[in-house]
Amino acid sequence: MTSTDREPAGRSHRDASTSYHIKTVPAPLLEIRDLSCTLSGRPILRNINLEVQEGETIVLLGRSGSGKTTLLKSVNGLIPPSSGTIHFEGRAATQWDPIQLRRRMGYVIQDAGLFPHWTVDANIGLVPRLQEWPPDRVAARTTELLQAVGLDPAEFRARFPRSLSGGQRQRVGIARALAADPPLLLFDEPFAALDPITRLDLQRLFLELRRSVRKTALFVTHDIREAIMLASRIALLKDGALDTVAEPSEFRAAETPEARAFLAGLEQNGESGEQDTA
Amino acid sequence: MNSELASEILSLSLEHLALVAITIGIAIAIALPAGVLLARRPGPRRWAVGFANIAQTIPSLALFGFLVPLPLIGGIGKRTAIVALCLYALLPILRNTLLGITGVDASVRESAVAMGMTARQILWQVELPLAAPSIVAGLRLATVATIGTATIAAAIGGGGLGVFIFRGISMVDTPTVLAGALPAAAMALVADGGLEWIERKISSF
Repeated sequence: MTSTDREPAGRSHRDASTSYHIKTVPAPLLEIRDLSCTLSGRPILRNINLEVQEGETIVLLGRSGSGKTTLLKSVNGLIPPSSGTIHFEGRAATQWDPIQLRRRMGYVIQDAGLFPHWTVDANIGLVPRLQEWPPDRVAARTTELLQAVGLDPAEFRARFPRSLSGGQRQRVGIARALAADPPLLLFDEPFAALDPITRLDLQRLFLELRRSVRKTALFVTHDIREAIMLASRIALLKDGALDTVAEPSEFRAAETPEARAFLAGLEQNGESGEQDTA
Repeated sequence: MNSELASEILSLSLEHLALVAITIGIAIAIALPAGVLLARRPGPRRWAVGFANIAQTIPSLALFGFLVPLPLIGGIGKRTAIVALCLYALLPILRNTLLGITGVDASVRESAVAMGMTARQILWQVELPLAAPSIVAGLRLATVATIGTATIAAAIGGGGLGVFIFRGISMVDTPTVLAGALPAAAMALVADGGLEWIERKISSF
């Protein structure tokens, strides 16, 4: 898998296994090429090209219906692409066993999607148990993760999701996604339903975790402020196509009408002091 | 009460219990897997639930009558009675299994798939445990109804506590009717209470 080279851009990877070029740039963890997706005759994604390097946080920004969630779901095989390719860890998504592929991608959704009949402990240990870790290793990992997301293990591990606040549930959701140490994390508007103060707490937690565990992440949001705060690069989607891909500082100077529309929202609400903390 | 009557009550009660247990056992064996399979298939689901609904609307005495002349499943005796009772017990179990499984929160199912659980793991570790309270509620409905309906089995030679009731009716003797009705009612109350307890126990998360 290390033989994948990146020059010239956009070349086919079908012959990657037979080429022996010396690698000068690290292969992207995730490489999306000419990805299109049509659901019941309606194009949802059009010709998406995106490379995600290890350690990056790519924020997929866009309005409702812009295709950002579909793009996220096509990465872990929840929605099959109509055309184009996705390579993860140098291997085409079509060559992955979808179950194994998904276990190498943590997944966090809006209302956490915790299993209501399992304790916090059992929820966090899900993927390690699926991967048949020994029980004591799962327990140690759970404790470590509860501390990492700011929940006291003694107090929280035996509780059921119903007895947690929205913010606590989402912390557990993040811990669960991190559990088996997956190389890629997928976030689908994880903080959208939280109150502003809790949201800020969790955004800070996200940045803190990114510094400590150095994970690669794809993060879907419609909130420009969240995008600027969390992203190493922002990928703005409009009607299923990539409109602008830029680092937050460059993004602020972007000229496309869609980018201007999002940036206008930023100016209207006044800027918080939270940007570019990463 | 003489001891002859007491021992007849006991033996007919046990017979009644056996009718109910076999019926519920068969009904679970059919309705539970059917519910699991149909939960993912809205098309066939409409037909299956429709069939179970229709079976439920046939007056029970008439259903026993219809079955008697049929080959294989018909005739006089326990087998026919159990077939008829099963037809009634299917619907509550099937419907509640479907309700339980289709009622699993979409975000829970989505995260189960996205975390890399297989369909089998999702069924056993997520869907069935979450549907269990609803399934037990269906089981409770089916059991209580079957205990009552099983008294009609005596009309086609199926035995059970209905023997007393039909005898009491033909003799116009209320105590004999009660000798069948009271144990049946007691059985229904115990089953109802016991299954309600289990239902509460498993939905305590």
